[in-house]
Amino acid sequence: MKPLVLGIETSCDETGIGIVRGTELLANVISSSMDEHARYGGVVPEVAARAHLEALVPAIEQALAEADVTLADLDAIAVTSGPGLAGALMVGVGAAKALAVSLDKPIFAVNHLVGHVGADLISDTEPLEYPTIALLVSGGHTSLLLVRDLVSDVELLGETIDDAAGEAFDKVARLLGLPYPGGPHIDRVAVGGDPKAIRFPRGLSLPKDMAKHRYDFSFSGLKTSVARWVEREQDAGAELPIADVAASFREAVVDVLLTKAVAACNDLGVPRLLLGGGVVANARVRELAAERCEAAGIRLRIPPLSLCTDNGAMIAALGAQLIMAGRPPSTLDFGADSTLPVTTIQA
Amino acid sequence: MLLAIDTSAGTSVAVVDLDGGILAELSSDDTRRHTEVIGSLIAACIADSGITVSALSGVVAGMGPGPFTGLRVGIAAARVFAVGAGTKVIPAVSHDAIAFGCTEPTLVATDARRREVYWSTYSGSDAAGLPIRTSGPNLAKVGELDTAVHGFADYRLVEAATVSAGALGMLVETMLANGRDVESSFDGHPGALYLRSPDVTMSNGPKRVTT
Ligand SMILES: [Zn+2]
Repeated sequence: MKPLVLGIETSCDETGIGIVRGTELLANVISSSMDEHARYGGVVPEVAARAHLEALVPAIEQALAEADVTLADLDAIAVTSGPGLAGALMVGVGAAKALAVSLDKPIFAVNHLVGHVGADLISDTEPLEYPTIALLVSGGHTSLLLVRDLVSDVELLGETIDDAAGEAFDKVARLLGLPYPGGPHIDRVAVGGDPKAIRFPRGLSLPKDMAKHRYDFSFSGLKTSVARWVEREQDAGAELPIADVAASFREAVVDVLLTKAVAACNDLGVPRLLLGGGVVANARVRELAAERCEAAGIRLRIPPLSLCTDNGAMIAALGAQLIMAGRPPSTLDFGADSTLPVTTIQA
Repeated sequence: MLLAIDTSAGTSVAVVDLDGGILAELSSDDTRRHTEVIGSLIAACIADSGITVSALSGVVAGMGPGPFTGLRVGIAAARVFAVGAGTKVIPAVSHDAIAFGCTEPTLVATDARRREVYWSTYSGSDAAGLPIRTSGPNLAKVGELDTAVHGFADYRLVEAATVSAGALGMLVETMLANGRDVESSFDGHPGALYLRSPDVTMSNGPKRVTT
């Protein structure tokens, strides 16, 4: 039996409603409040939560229309219960519970990060084999996972100890006078720049750090280093070589992301790497991932961008996997957990 | 028959009927666990009242005022429950539920956190027994309510730590039975009554890191 599942995702600034039947993607509606955050230079939790409340019902109705199914057809509801912004998560969890009770359908509370891995199952190509290493990079998280089994065995190898990679892009974009979100604008101005022009630091890559933080990331030192470099140039009255700064900064981020991801694949003997999260939209991430994986004999998987950014379809897909694995539904009393660990695949 | 949900203070859920009154009502006073309890309270209320979801003619959403994070849980639940039940959502002012039934001038005040209070004033009830709101909902600093509210001394002050979804539901039943336009109690904006902008400090550009 291939369960028909509606997934609700509100962990950050995208209200995502997705519908899947087993591993078949039927609808993936995303309503983003990104434009409302632009003037603040980053995601404002209260602005995001207000936007979720307004976007939910229209997104549900649109997803049902796109999938051409009715609520009565659904077998279950799946919802992100964490990790993410607490106030934003609560909107989705409250809504999902109400929907489940009104329809008298089971509800599955699932982990957002594991959902990103589940996105791979509903992309058009043949599914990834397990185990796999997963590198999930966005404005909200930067995590390296070892996935032995999607519904029962996910391990956190490392994560950022300060800023998420996407946040670093936003902050450096502001330094360079570029708008939010920083990623696409850094990408744009980096064209023609020399990625080797300035050697910015690779966080947690020195031998002393590698002992304790082998698979962890740190981007706040990099951001400070770029700021210092830019200030020195400006103080000297020099014209800022924006293309070189952008290309060199981006290279520092992407290099450290892929060095650690490939190291994890090699160390653990897992020749498979899956990318997920909004930073995958960055052209250089995809390019360097392809290069490094090819060289190391690692099979690389990158789901389509609409499934890499936060979305409800990946949450529905994970819910469907849990059902097909025979897992009982979540009880109605789970909460929103902003720091839900990846080992808790279902809350 | 209506389902009513209010999370402007604690979490309160009720099933009400114009003739039958409050058929079931369940509440939690906990102001930090709206997300955890909302589903079970709705499910238990429906079970206790012995009705089926298809018998509902609407879902009443308490729109506040109230602390935002909890308030949104109930509004999201009410709106989406209405979609699931194939019925309409009816927004209502949470303070009106507290003033429902009052016959004397009443000032309703609730904690807005951050040393502020939400307040509304009522002159009493009209012929249908519905509260007549004369001002509010508004926001005032703690300790400044007496100057913010015109004629403060004439009101009976009700500090509302809880809001009854049963009262809110019966208020709406009474309004509908008397042909009142429920949305008109919102001054043209029947959305969540936040009464405060999202607090965001606009940055003045990046700070220098070198000195
Ligand atoms: Zn994400």
